[in-house]
Amino acid sequence: MSPLAGYLLVAALLFAIGLAGALTRRNAILVLIGIELMLNAANLNLIAFWRYGPHPEALTGMMFAIFSIAVAAAEAAVGLGLVISIHRHAHTTDLDAMNRMKG
Amino acid sequence: MQEAISFTPHVAASGIAQILWLIPAVPILASGVIALLKQPKRRTAATLAIGSLGFSLLVASTAFAHVLSGWSHGAAVRETVNFTWFQFGSTNVDLGWVLDPLSAVMLVMVTFVGLLIFIYSTGYMAHDENFTRFFCFLSLFAGAMLGVVIANSLLLLFMCWELVGLTSYLLIGFWYFKPSAAAAAKKAFLTTRVGDVFFLLGIVWLFAQTGTLLFYNGGTGSMEATALGGLLAQHACWGLTAAGAIGLLIFAGAAGKSGQFPLHVWLPDAMEGPTPVSALIHAATMVAAGVYLIARVYPLMSAGAQLHGAILGTTTALTVVTWVGAFTAVFASLIAVAQNDIKRILAYSTVAQLGYMMAGLGMGGVAVGMFHLITHAFFKALLFMGAGSVIHGVHEEQDVRKMGALRATMPVTFATYAVGTLALCGVPIFFSGFWSKDAILESAHGWTVSQVPYYLLVFGAVLTAFYMTRQVSYVFFGEWRGHGHAHESPKVMTTPLAILAFFAVALGAIGTPAWPWFRSFLNGVPAESDLHAFAEPAWLMLLATSCVIVIVGIGLGWLLYGNKPTSAEEPDVLERAVPPVWKALSNRLYMDELYGATVIAFYGWWAKVADWLDRRVWGGVVSAVALLTRLGAELNRFLDANVVNGAFDKGCEELSTGGGLLSQMQNGRVQSYLRILALAIVALVAILIWSRA
Repeated sequence: MSPLAGYLLVAALLFAIGLAGALTRRNAILVLIGIELMLNAANLNLIAFWRYGPHPEALTGMMFAIFSIAVAAAEAAVGLGLVISIHRHAHTTDLDAMNRMKG
Repeated sequence: MQEAISFTPHVAASGIAQILWLIPAVPILASGVIALLKQPKRRTAATLAIGSLGFSLLVASTAFAHVLSGWSHGAAVRETVNFTWFQFGSTNVDLGWVLDPLSAVMLVMVTFVGLLIFIYSTGYMAHDENFTRFFCFLSLFAGAMLGVVIANSLLLLFMCWELVGLTSYLLIGFWYFKPSAAAAAKKAFLTTRVGDVFFLLGIVWLFAQTGTLLFYNGGTGSMEATALGGLLAQHACWGLTAAGAIGLLIFAGAAGKSGQFPLHVWLPDAMEGPTPVSALIHAATMVAAGVYLIARVYPLMSAGAQLHGAILGTTTALTVVTWVGAFTAVFASLIAVAQNDIKRILAYSTVAQLGYMMAGLGMGGVAVGMFHLITHAFFKALLFMGAGSVIHGVHEEQDVRKMGALRATMPVTFATYAVGTLALCGVPIFFSGFWSKDAILESAHGWTVSQVPYYLLVFGAVLTAFYMTRQVSYVFFGEWRGHGHAHESPKVMTTPLAILAFFAVALGAIGTPAWPWFRSFLNGVPAESDLHAFAEPAWLMLLATSCVIVIVGIGLGWLLYGNKPTSAEEPDVLERAVPPVWKALSNRLYMDELYGATVIAFYGWWAKVADWLDRRVWGGVVSAVALLTRLGAELNRFLDANVVNGAFDKGCEELSTGGGLLSQMQNGRVQSYLRILALAIVALVAILIWSRA
């Protein structure tokens, strides 16, 4: 098994854990954590493909990962802000109760 | 295509002829203004009506003076102002008015008598709560009547004619809360309509033949030689020329308006209206409109007559006019003998005198008939207003048997009434009625066709003197047989009586054989005075006949009724002498019953037939159609309920179920959306992998 395949397996495992968390958790914060896990699995893939790709001397993969982390941080800040705002408004962070926008 | 009225006089007319339209227009305008007044504004209403008619009298007098001055300069004045009312295709419908001796004389008579009656009405109607309405109608009538007089177009004349009929209806039914008045108004309206239908037919026929309804239009009018020649060449039916047939149709209209037999039945009933109305409309002016109409279309009536020396021969139309007139004169006089209502006696007398006028027109021409029309207008208006004064004085009593000895309590009314009576009886020399009736008898004596009308008219004259003596004896002589106290009427009522009485005497002066001013004026020839005419044997014979008529009539009347009746319940002298004749006469010779048994019964039967047809035949057809429609509707309903509705409902249900299913997916839970997203991606990846392999 090549080192790349090992990285990919770890990333896939991480993604599956994150997806399972996002789909099954009722708490909005835990869902956000699941989403962060899936993002980091993608970041791991980016780094792995860069390191074992045809041009490891260029910094493209690293740049991608850094941008992705920055975007994820912004996204986490917005997401947490939303969760806090919802909690203030409805006194709960249960996603099943958040169905007001249903058509 | 109707266009705006273009005011283009075809013939140059003098200033007074140009403004002749003001004569009818001002009273009609006044009536419009009065209609808008509130009920308590009595003084304003009366002032407006009297003022407007006074203005018309002023204009009419000016017009009369204009015609008179033209005539004295040796020119027969006939000025017309015509204009096109509207056009359709190449046909013009023209209206216009005419100023000639005939219309000038009528204008002055109508406005003058009308004015006196208006003034009299302010006294007679003083206590009526509908005073303003009365003057509104009266003004409208005066305007319409003056319109009839000045019309130079048969169409304009017909319009005003119908307007006159309408106001007559309104005024007869003025006291509409009395059932008898309402019925009389309807009767008058419907009976005159019968004549008017024929009149309208005549108008249409004349228009079809000549293409114009103008009387005079510089040679192209329907009463002028060219048109009449064309009408004479046309043969209608039963040997009549078109001119004769149209003349007869127009005469039917005139007979309806002027109460000629057999259309006279409405006139006596018309006495249900207020007495000034009877005087103005049903004695002096409107009923004379028929006579005036015949005088106006006289060229048509006499078209084709041969001249026998100086005497004009006759035509079929004129012969019919004469016979109808003469018969009516005797017929109505006979009925008048046995009436007890003071106004009804006068009404039958009016019918009879209109018969005289018609006969005079038929045998002697325009001047003879019109002279009697003018004198009659004055003395009959006088008699009616005198009767009104009597009715007013004895507290609304109209039965002559319940009056008596009024000569002491109502001296002015008695004096003027006596003058009117003597004029109506035709007392020789001093009264206008003598001269005008004399002229009619003279022309009847010289009539070439038959002497029978002459004897009829003489007999009628005897009857006239008789029934008037009877009436005067009942009302003014004998003993007081009524209730309460009689009183003389106020000045506003007696003054017009005095003025009319003056004219009832004085008017005779303009139509004597020695100085036939009136006849010359109407015919447009210079008047010559010739005292030798009084010495002619024919005229002396006639004078003697008149004397005998008057002496026999008045003498017989005085013998039977003078001072005789002592109580109101006492039967009439004639009733005791010849009961069956009396009964027939007092029942108006059963004319109303005859109409009831024939025309009205026929209409009743016809109405029943129509009703049966309506109910059974047309009703059945309509019901069948309705049934079919209902059947169709039922079928439709069934289809709707079971087929269309079922299919539609099912479709709707399916749609709504589908919608429900779909909406379950949109449950608003983010995680379930995400779950589906994840499953879809897994499926996509699986497909990609397997398709690669």
